[in-house]
Amino acid sequence: MSTAIDLAEVSLRQLNQVLHDADSGGFDVLNPRGAHAVACGITTDLTVEVAGSVGYYCAGMHQAGTVVVNGNSGPGLAENIMSGTVRTTGNASMSAAATGCGGLVVIDGDAGARCGISMKGVDIVVGGSIGHMGAFMAQAGNLVVLGDAGADLGDSIYEAILYVRGEVESLGSDCVEKEMRPENLAAVGHLLEAADMTASPADFRRYGSERRLYSFHVDDIDTELAEGPGGTR
Amino acid sequence: MTSDTWHQRESYSFDRNTIAEIRRAANTGIYRIRGWGAKRVLPTLDDLVFLGASMSRYPLEGYREACGTDVVIGEGRAEHPVHLDIPVTIAGMSFGSLSSQAKEALGRGASAAGTSTTTGDGGMTEEERGHSTKLVYQYLPSRYGMNPDDLRRADAIEVVVGQGAKPGGGGMLLGQKITERVAEMRTLPVGIDQRSACRHPDWTGPDDLAIKIIELREIVDWRVPIYVKLGAARPYYDTALAVKAGADAVVVDGMQGGTAATQDVFIEHVGIPTLAAIPEAVRALRELGAHREVKLIAAGGIRSGADVAKALALGADVVSIGTAALIALGDNDPAYDAEYRALGSAAGFWEDYQDGTDPAGITTQDPDLSARLDPVIGGRRLANYLQVLTLETQTLARACGKSHVLNLEPEDLAALTVEAAAMAGVPLAGTGWIPGASS
Repeated sequence: MSTAIDLAEVSLRQLNQVLHDADSGGFDVLNPRGAHAVACGITTDLTVEVAGSVGYYCAGMHQAGTVVVNGNSGPGLAENIMSGTVRTTGNASMSAAATGCGGLVVIDGDAGARCGISMKGVDIVVGGSIGHMGAFMAQAGNLVVLGDAGADLGDSIYEAILYVRGEVESLGSDCVEKEMRPENLAAVGHLLEAADMTASPADFRRYGSERRLYSFHVDDIDTELAEGPGGTR
Repeated sequence: MTSDTWHQRESYSFDRNTIAEIRRAANTGIYRIRGWGAKRVLPTLDDLVFLGASMSRYPLEGYREACGTDVVIGEGRAEHPVHLDIPVTIAGMSFGSLSSQAKEALGRGASAAGTSTTTGDGGMTEEERGHSTKLVYQYLPSRYGMNPDDLRRADAIEVVVGQGAKPGGGGMLLGQKITERVAEMRTLPVGIDQRSACRHPDWTGPDDLAIKIIELREIVDWRVPIYVKLGAARPYYDTALAVKAGADAVVVDGMQGGTAATQDVFIEHVGIPTLAAIPEAVRALRELGAHREVKLIAAGGIRSGADVAKALALGADVVSIGTAALIALGDNDPAYDAEYRALGSAAGFWEDYQDGTDPAGITTQDPDLSARLDPVIGGRRLANYLQVLTLETQTLARACGKSHVLNLEPEDLAALTVEAAAMAGVPLAGTGWIPGASS
């Protein structure tokens, strides 16, 4: 039994306060009409279904329960998500799951630019394709893309792991293709299952950091000369 | 220089410091990274003087008559505005760049003085939350350590767009300081040379920022104020856009503002001085009818009550200190001169905050070095220093006949240089001339 909250009748502030005050239960958010910051800051095990498309930062900093957007999502869907699940049945605009620290973000359609930017542990599964600069400076977590990836995938990536089934237009600085090991095949399988998507893990390729940008290169000619041939270098 | 070189002239263009830097660059192939702020000669608040009351103005008794120092930030918007007892706050400095003891000392000192301290690019630690009665939580491009639980236990949120030492640049923390605890808080590999993002990952302009601020307010149920921090570059436009985006306070950080680690070329050559930035920010606030409503927090090279009073007279509501607070804790202590010299520096010159070798135990993650700073004693020193800043500010305000430090005004000032007169928009001393004024 879900409680209906109609954004044509109540304010965003009222909606979010109800969600912040609730300990449990289901909520249907009606008439979102592209509103921003819908269902952001949820801390308890709620099930929120949004009937239509949302604007920026839906389910921002999500911590528990599930938010499903039955429509498209604007920029910053589930930004900085900590745990729980956020899903959009349509497409997501730029910076989906940006800086996410945990939990699962599922995008049934395509995601725009910078999907998974600075991700810090979140798992992201995209049914369609992602735009350019996906997983820019991605630190930790997994990004699974069933479609294609745009230019400069994984630029300046740290320890996040990227799996793409389709074409990658180009890889960004320090991002390289890596071998699909058994544990990677298993991980993709688990993520697809969690996202309720069907694909063969063997069709995916893995990308990650070459770790060449982790440290500055510092020369030291003076020490080399002082120590002579056979010195520390 | 010994007498046998007196017949030679040191080159102004290629002085010894310049020669040393070229040699260093040729040896290493990497730009100079250091801490501290701009070190070169700049127009500063020293170029202004207070006129003081005399025949045409009426001073207040220095020791008897009240002179208020309190400021409230976020009134009317946030359920819990920030109440400051003094118009001086502690600027954002990260755990990581500073030791946990230093962060605790900053919290203790600020709390004793009735003011706020600020997190930094690395998340909130228990040490600083526990010892800060008013803690501002920075929301930075890197989002290192950002989480909604800490957001909800902050007393204010500061969206950092830039900082005075490097407007347009991101954070930097070298591998020596990325210990296991620091790495874990930032979700980074231990020991890497961390260069953090210079742009926010999920918004790109003032219209986006307005929506971001709404999201942050929604997450904390509109309880606390939201600041926007800017590196001083185009403060007139940037302040106006921050106000339009919905900020309760705008922090404008001039180029003298410090850093834990940044390219020297950035520190010395990007941004404008604090003196030049404050009047431009005030002009934007006045034109929007928001002056004194949206608070202006000025920062960058503030050292004394004179600096505080002058910044307030130019129209700021609050100032923020960083480098000065570290010095109050013991940074560049002459007692450690021999150790500074062993590191190729000297007390009074030490700027290598990036190295993690700080003999004073402040800008380091080394357990032995950081144990040198007693957070209780450090907190007392900072509280004393903040008290002196406040007393000096009150002294100057009373001399100008003001019963509250925020009643200081540009009319109380004169400039000693043509540059300062033009930047501050106050007359050159002894004249009625304000260079650039239209009439």
